[in-house]
Amino acid sequence: MTVSATGCAVAAEQSAPRVVRNESGQREVFCGLTGIVWLHRKIQDAFFLVVGSRTCAHLIQSAAGVMIFAEPRFATAIMEEKDLAGLTDANIELDRIVTQLLTRRPDIKLLFLVGSCPSEVIKLDLSRAALRLSQRFSPGVRILNYSGSGLETTFTQGEDACLASLVPELSLARTSEDSLLIVGSMADVVEDQFIRMFDALGIGPVQFFPPRKSTALPTVGPNTKFLLAQPFLLETARELENRGAKRLAAPFPLGVEGTTGFLRAAADAFGIAPAVFDKVTEPNRARAARALEVYRTELAGKRIFFFPDSQLEIPLARFLSRELSMQLVEVGTPYLHREHLAEELKLLPADAAITEGQDVDLQLDRCRLARPDIVVCGLGLANPLEAEGITTKWSIELVFTPIQGYEQAADLAELFARPLVRRAKLVA
Amino acid sequence: MQLTVWTYEGPPHVGAMRIATGMEGLHYVLHAPQGDTYADLLFTMIERRDKRPPVTYTTFAARDLGGDTAELFKSAAKNAYERFKPQAMIVGASCTGSLIQDDPGGLARALKLPIPVVTIDLPAYQRKENWGAAETFYQLVRALASPSAPAPGTARPERAPGVRPRCNLLGPTALGFRHRDDIIEITGLLGKLGIDVNVTAPMGATPADLARLGDADFNVVLYPEIAGQAASWLHRIFHQPFTKTIPIGVSATKEFIVEVAALAGVDPAPVLKAAATRLPWYSHSVDSTYLTNKRVFIFGDATHAVAAARIASEELGFKVVGLGTYSREFARDIREAAKLYDVEPLITDDYLEVEAKVAELHPELVLGTQMERHIAKRLGVPCAVISAPVHVQDFPARYAPQMGFEGANVIFDTWVHPLMMGLEEHLLAMFKDDFEFKDGAMPSHLGTGHAAPVAERPAEIDAPAAEAVLVSATTETTTTAAVWAADAEKELHKIPFFVRGKARRNTERFANENGVATITVETLYDAKAHFAR
Ligand code: SF4
Ligand code: SF4
Repeated sequence: MTVSATGCAVAAEQSAPRVVRNESGQREVFCGLTGIVWLHRKIQDAFFLVVGSRTCAHLIQSAAGVMIFAEPRFATAIMEEKDLAGLTDANIELDRIVTQLLTRRPDIKLLFLVGSCPSEVIKLDLSRAALRLSQRFSPGVRILNYSGSGLETTFTQGEDACLASLVPELSLARTSEDSLLIVGSMADVVEDQFIRMFDALGIGPVQFFPPRKSTALPTVGPNTKFLLAQPFLLETARELENRGAKRLAAPFPLGVEGTTGFLRAAADAFGIAPAVFDKVTEPNRARAARALEVYRTELAGKRIFFFPDSQLEIPLARFLSRELSMQLVEVGTPYLHREHLAEELKLLPADAAITEGQDVDLQLDRCRLARPDIVVCGLGLANPLEAEGITTKWSIELVFTPIQGYEQAADLAELFARPLVRRAKLVA
Repeated sequence: MQLTVWTYEGPPHVGAMRIATGMEGLHYVLHAPQGDTYADLLFTMIERRDKRPPVTYTTFAARDLGGDTAELFKSAAKNAYERFKPQAMIVGASCTGSLIQDDPGGLARALKLPIPVVTIDLPAYQRKENWGAAETFYQLVRALASPSAPAPGTARPERAPGVRPRCNLLGPTALGFRHRDDIIEITGLLGKLGIDVNVTAPMGATPADLARLGDADFNVVLYPEIAGQAASWLHRIFHQPFTKTIPIGVSATKEFIVEVAALAGVDPAPVLKAAATRLPWYSHSVDSTYLTNKRVFIFGDATHAVAAARIASEELGFKVVGLGTYSREFARDIREAAKLYDVEPLITDDYLEVEAKVAELHPELVLGTQMERHIAKRLGVPCAVISAPVHVQDFPARYAPQMGFEGANVIFDTWVHPLMMGLEEHLLAMFKDDFEFKDGAMPSHLGTGHAAPVAERPAEIDAPAAEAVLVSATTETTTTAAVWAADAEKELHKIPFFVRGKARRNTERFANENGVATITVETLYDAKAHFAR
């Protein structure tokens, strides 16, 4: 369990270099398979087949919480003893399972074979399997693969791996016209709000990735400018850049400031006059700021501690400290993508204690010692901390709830206010 | 490979976690990647435990695979010992951990920790959660109790006169269905018989407690799925007999009392006489007449499913139309029981197969796990939960055992509640033309969530539109090819609304099965006669 503190270059524009604590040890985070829980709802004709163990099946089922669907659009091909014995057999078995699945589910247009730790350790090559099966099932079904294994991916990185695997499938944009691509899954309602906003600004055409239907994939090319709506899309961004697309540096659309910065990056890139930008965004900014007022009274001065989870921690900390005047005790994040987060780090208070990586026991020690007013953490830690008298907010809700954009800024603040209000209310 | 949508059981190391988390003073060091830490939430969220499970995961990642994962394991085990100071430790690997072949047992021994370290080897690609729990408990009992084992061939010393008989309660674990309350109920029952509990394990026991299991005169096996193996070993080595009856239901509880009384050498009569249970009288009361031959489908772990079938049939007067288990290890028990009710035993851990069976059998009540709760909800059939796996609502705040006489009371309430009350059914029929009883008004106990339109065809409402097509594979039997003639449709509407949905389904099923294209009034009554019991 090592800990090292290093000055890092991203903070060059600030007076003192930003100190980031690097920690390694036991992590208490989900693996990338978890992304299937929201991705399968987002891309409505895609199916996710995990090639893994009973643990993988159990993880997704537990993370999905209450089951409501008879046959969801995900499943696990659980490997058994004989699959471990020889790769030929494992491949034959996989083909059998995929055939069985596709026969049963003719509605599937896009199938992801999702790698797991066991499939990786035994070196089952899912990219070859995907190729082989694609040939068999094309043109009806497209078959891709990515890894959601805990060896390679932490929680939201599963979405990154999934989207990255889709980028080569995007067709080339055949126009010389600039277009905007919004990358990272958001709730449909949030996308619709952004569409109206870009319309009003006169920015277009605008496409979203991932799309709601796999048959309506966006196009990409040298005239594509893209904005990341999520902070965990390193590989996806790299793939898009390989296709010639250009990333617009921007903060993430959380809170009024983040959303404004996000929209402004697009407006600047599309040559929208500042006066137009202000005229279009001002009503929404004002409305969102008004909605935040009540939460500022509740949250100002409250001390918050983040355990690493979704990589949303840095933008969230920026929003909570700057727009709601909360104090940052520690901001843990599984990874710190300094490039994608550059705009965020510029805004984050210089003295914010950032931790990259995790040793959960040491972090719990620090948390207990600091006695923050509220802790953002995963489901395994929440109740034990509550039992110690520490108020918590489950981080997983932050990836399942619409939180981006002006209209959701207050909803986002409310997610943090509610646990505090609740604790204050309960007398027994 | 096995295509799996939902699983009844987790992997075997989750079973080991249920033992470790139930116990005190034991720590589990698990060689596993980071994602496997999800298992903590089963305990902290579903069971609402106020402490983290005592588990240290090594969380090795891809970059460690080239390097030294063995070293990672050793430092994790060493740190865990120093931080948590457990009385004993278990070590093992999850499904991925076992593939990298680091030998956690050997590595842990090399640390020379001053506490017992027990290696738990679980075949992750063959076995499942309950098996893992049983194996872990057995290995722990063996390792910790062995030192005090009597020399082979020596008989158990007679209990000194005047000393109260003692037994161990074996099997309750973390995440078990009502284990928490069953312990209280059975401990109380044994107390009334004059029998003391020496150790309850694994739930609440420390490693030191396991070391003195041999002090008891006999063992009470509450959950054979978990404690069966350990009890057989204790029988062989310590000559402790163990109980075979599972005290779920009134008759079984009485038999259990007789069985333990015999093992303890006490008189069961006073306790049998004082039996405080309302189930038999409630079941005999006239309002319960409507329960007669209600068709019930039962699925769960073998112990709870077999017990439920007996109660359903003998104590509530239901008709068992389906019985099954997801636990292949205990398939034999279910097969035996299925003969009693003349039904085909269903041994499967394929959720879709269970759903298809429920759809096919048209039960009026489903008794199952949280999985069957979802099946029943989708098909619009009332349901009560009788077995793990369960969800957060199955860890109620109130005292709600399944075992003993109070358990029988709880069972009466929870199984009967989802059904429409007989008296209420009668009144509704009588006043159905009253202005307040408009079509679609549902019994108040079914809640507002079941308001108006749901009454007629709940199955259609509960299946989300996007997924509805997918369900069709299993509900095909109820989708109609036959069309309703106008007069038949009119006649259908004269049938009280709370049974109309069923009448419609049965008629359509009858029509389809008999190749009737147009449903007439005659078809309606033919179907009614066909399905009449
Ligand atoms: S960490 Fe690996 S083995 Fe565990 S659930 Fe995730 S992919 Fe499966
Ligand atoms: S509706 Fe309410 S009051 Fe009437 S029988 Fe059901 S539970 Fe009792």
